[in-house]
Amino acid sequence: MHLVYPAVLSALLFSVGLYGVLARRNAILVLMSLEVMLNAVNLNLVAFDVWLRDRLHAGQALTLFVIVVAAAEIGIGLAIVLLVYRNRGTSDVDRLTDLADSDDPSVVAAPEEKAEAAA
Amino acid sequence: MTVTTLAVLVPLLPFLGAAAALFLGKRAPGFAQPVAVLPTAAAFVLAAIVAARQGSGPATDAAHRLTPTGSVPIDLALHLDGFAVLIAVLVGLVATCVQLYSTGYLRDDPRYVSYSALVSLFTAAMFLVVYSGDLMVLLVGWEVMGICSYFLVGHYWETEAARSASIKAFLVTKLGDVPFLIGLFALATDAGTFRINGILTAATHGELHHPTLIALLLLAGVAGKSAQFPLHTWLPDAMAGPTPVSALIHAATMVAAGIYFVARLLPVFETSSAAMAVLAAMAAITMIGSGLAALAQDDIKRVLAYSTIGQLGYMAGALAVGDRSAAVFHLLSHGAFKALLFLGAGVVIHSAGTNSLAAMSRMGDLGKRIPDAMWTMGIALAALAALPPFSGFFSKESVLRAAEHAAGGHTAHIPAAVGWTVLVAGLVTAVLTAGYATRLFLLAFRGQGATVADHGREPVVMNAVLWVLAIPTIGFGMISLLPRVFDLPQWFDGEALSPTLTTSVLGIGLALVGILAMYGAWQATATRRRVPIGAVVAAPPQDLEPALVEETAIDTHAKVYGDIAAAEDPGDPGRLLLGPLHRHAAHGFHLDALYAALFVRPVLAAAGLVRFLDREVIETYVSGTGAAPRLLGAAVRRAQTGNVQTYLSVLLAGSVVLAVLVAVGA
Amino acid sequence: MSLAAAPSGFLSPTGVEIAFVLVGIATVGAALVTVSTKQLVHAALWLVVTLGGLAVEYLLLTAEFIAWVQVLIYVGSVVVLLLFGLMLTKAPIGRSPDADSGNRWAALVVAVASATTLVWVVVDAFRATWINLDGAVQGSTKVTGQILFQHWVLPFEALSVLLLAALVGAIVLSRRTDRKNGAR
Repeated sequence: MHLVYPAVLSALLFSVGLYGVLARRNAILVLMSLEVMLNAVNLNLVAFDVWLRDRLHAGQALTLFVIVVAAAEIGIGLAIVLLVYRNRGTSDVDRLTDLADSDDPSVVAAPEEKAEAAA
Repeated sequence: MTVTTLAVLVPLLPFLGAAAALFLGKRAPGFAQPVAVLPTAAAFVLAAIVAARQGSGPATDAAHRLTPTGSVPIDLALHLDGFAVLIAVLVGLVATCVQLYSTGYLRDDPRYVSYSALVSLFTAAMFLVVYSGDLMVLLVGWEVMGICSYFLVGHYWETEAARSASIKAFLVTKLGDVPFLIGLFALATDAGTFRINGILTAATHGELHHPTLIALLLLAGVAGKSAQFPLHTWLPDAMAGPTPVSALIHAATMVAAGIYFVARLLPVFETSSAAMAVLAAMAAITMIGSGLAALAQDDIKRVLAYSTIGQLGYMAGALAVGDRSAAVFHLLSHGAFKALLFLGAGVVIHSAGTNSLAAMSRMGDLGKRIPDAMWTMGIALAALAALPPFSGFFSKESVLRAAEHAAGGHTAHIPAAVGWTVLVAGLVTAVLTAGYATRLFLLAFRGQGATVADHGREPVVMNAVLWVLAIPTIGFGMISLLPRVFDLPQWFDGEALSPTLTTSVLGIGLALVGILAMYGAWQATATRRRVPIGAVVAAPPQDLEPALVEETAIDTHAKVYGDIAAAEDPGDPGRLLLGPLHRHAAHGFHLDALYAALFVRPVLAAAGLVRFLDREVIETYVSGTGAAPRLLGAAVRRAQTGNVQTYLSVLLAGSVVLAVLVAVGA
Repeated sequence: MSLAAAPSGFLSPTGVEIAFVLVGIATVGAALVTVSTKQLVHAALWLVVTLGGLAVEYLLLTAEFIAWVQVLIYVGSVVVLLLFGLMLTKAPIGRSPDADSGNRWAALVVAVASATTLVWVVVDAFRATWINLDGAVQGSTKVTGQILFQHWVLPFEALSVLLLAALVGAIVLSRRTDRKNGAR
């Protein structure tokens, strides 16, 4: 099989996932797009492992590890998103802009108040 | 003690007195007056002893070199001769009188301590100038006097007039001092020494390479200090200071320093006939102009100030015809009677509650209330008008005699034209002087009208001082007629000083002409003086400090009469005599306006330009360096949205660009 | 080595290649729908299709074990987790017009640029490279188990600790804290 097929597929999937990460508003959809990106990488790893006929099968082993780490990541990520949603009532990424420079000092204090209101 | 030691003590005592006054004054107010008076009085006594010991003998010289100072050495040098010791006696006498007078005149002044300390310091500086045998040391005293004058003229700094007058006095004299300093350096470079004796030796041997340049540069400083045309304008305004200050600084001592300086260095000036001609022209313009201006002044002290300028013109004229004995003789007699006139004017201002002659001429009984002032001022005005037998007559005759001598072409180095200039100007000024002296006396003491409110008794010490000063005013001239008792020419250069018949007759005749003309005008304007005019300081408290009355009078003069110098008084005999000239004379022939147009306005415009350049141009750069980063910062701040996706987009776009660049580059 | 053993030319696709390309097109299409749909739950379902498609691709690449792991973990658990997440954050059912942020056009530019670059580089680099799929299966369960527990056992164990930590962390983070009782 031509190596270009999995490689191009992987590149396209990666870019699609990239678009999702950058364009999606809901944090959970961002996480989904992240999964797509990870899977694109996995496909690359498997394809090259098969192509090289690596004796240790490092590519496949790494793919397994990536899947496990992705599972862990999705668990932690969802926990964080849940926490954010509980604190702020939203999981929209573009509204989590507390790091922005603000002229109004009261904005900094606002999240704390919301957290207390939600608790 | 040797004469040298005593002479060193003379400037040192008032200096220490000034330091002690400044240190002790606030802590022990009771000591302020003794600390002010005693060192000055002691210095006067010592100066008298020095004069007695020095006598008419050969000059005493002493020098001490503290440290080598490079190419031209500077010595702490003393030079005592007849000129120096006699002027020192005059300075001591006037300073002591002024300090005594001030204890009464400024008795309640909150700044009396600093005032008396400055007067003491000033006295010390004048002694230093007089005794110094080295030009650099002389310059130190010269400049200390300048700064003391600045502070003392501005003593009533609460009033606008005093503030601007002090700044004007300082700036105008400094304007002369800059060329003076350059002239001193040029002189010392040519002569190779700052010692006056060495310079005089070099001058007589013709070793000075630029005599005219040096003499003209020095004359600028002399004109500033001695209030000669065209740098005389500060002196009338300096009358905004307290009266004792006017008496000490602006009559007897500081303005005399310039004359004394020329007298000391006369051989240097004589090497340049051009400088002598300039000096003569300066003196002639000063004499006549100030005489006319004095006729038009309304402020009693400004009349005296212009008369001072005129008398200094006489001295400068005497120097221009190469007779320093006559110049110093006139300086001595003038110092005594002019101090008396100013101190008397202080009494008059206090008693009348105004400094305006127009207001005084409508006041009855002023002369009866202050008979001491009236009599002593009468004597002094007679001396000023050069009536025999008072001192002014003899000294002025000696000047006229010297001028006549030069006009006849009998004086070496001096062109006859110079002599004629001084002689004619001196004779014309004699008429004017007699005129304004008469006007002052008649308007001040022979007024008709309502009796003025009583401003309290005059302090005894003030009247006493007047009589003390009256003694030399009466006697100093006559003593020169008795060579066995006091051989004045022997103290000086040995030239005869006694009056000659021609000049005496001319002088007395012209003075009588001036007096009679003024008296006639006074009678003619008598009816016009019935119309009331002017304002008087009302002073219910009986023991109001005299200085306060004066300060208020000076401050209100411009408001009441519309001008600091003149008053619109139709009953002024000077106005009748001067006719259309009066308006110009009252304002010093508009010299101030000319200076304002020539110097002040261009400087102000240049300052405005500099201010504009600084505020609008340079400041723009400065604020631009601040505004540009702020704008950049605002732009960068807008990028900081806090939106992680935006950041990530830019980050990835950047890495894509980098990857493409690397790929293309490879 | 694979280049020398390549039995087929560039323009002679085998059956495996055709299947790979077709599934690949489906996968990319599903991924595109996932990242662009306005319905949030649909996105999760289209993600299932994407991940499933990828599992098929693994099978075609003879990596059997990874394909089943993919189905088990991704399709089975991760997507379920994501759906739970959507529900817990009260994601709207149906079309939500504001699913995409204002950053969309910048994202599109970046994504297209990166896709162009990557595809260009990959095609340029592997234009004449073939994978030899003949012979022993590369990723059977047996083979994978052997290499995993012979050569990669230490990372494997470390990863189990990581998973445990992630588990604890997720619990701690998502636990509701009651401040009045001083639980924290």
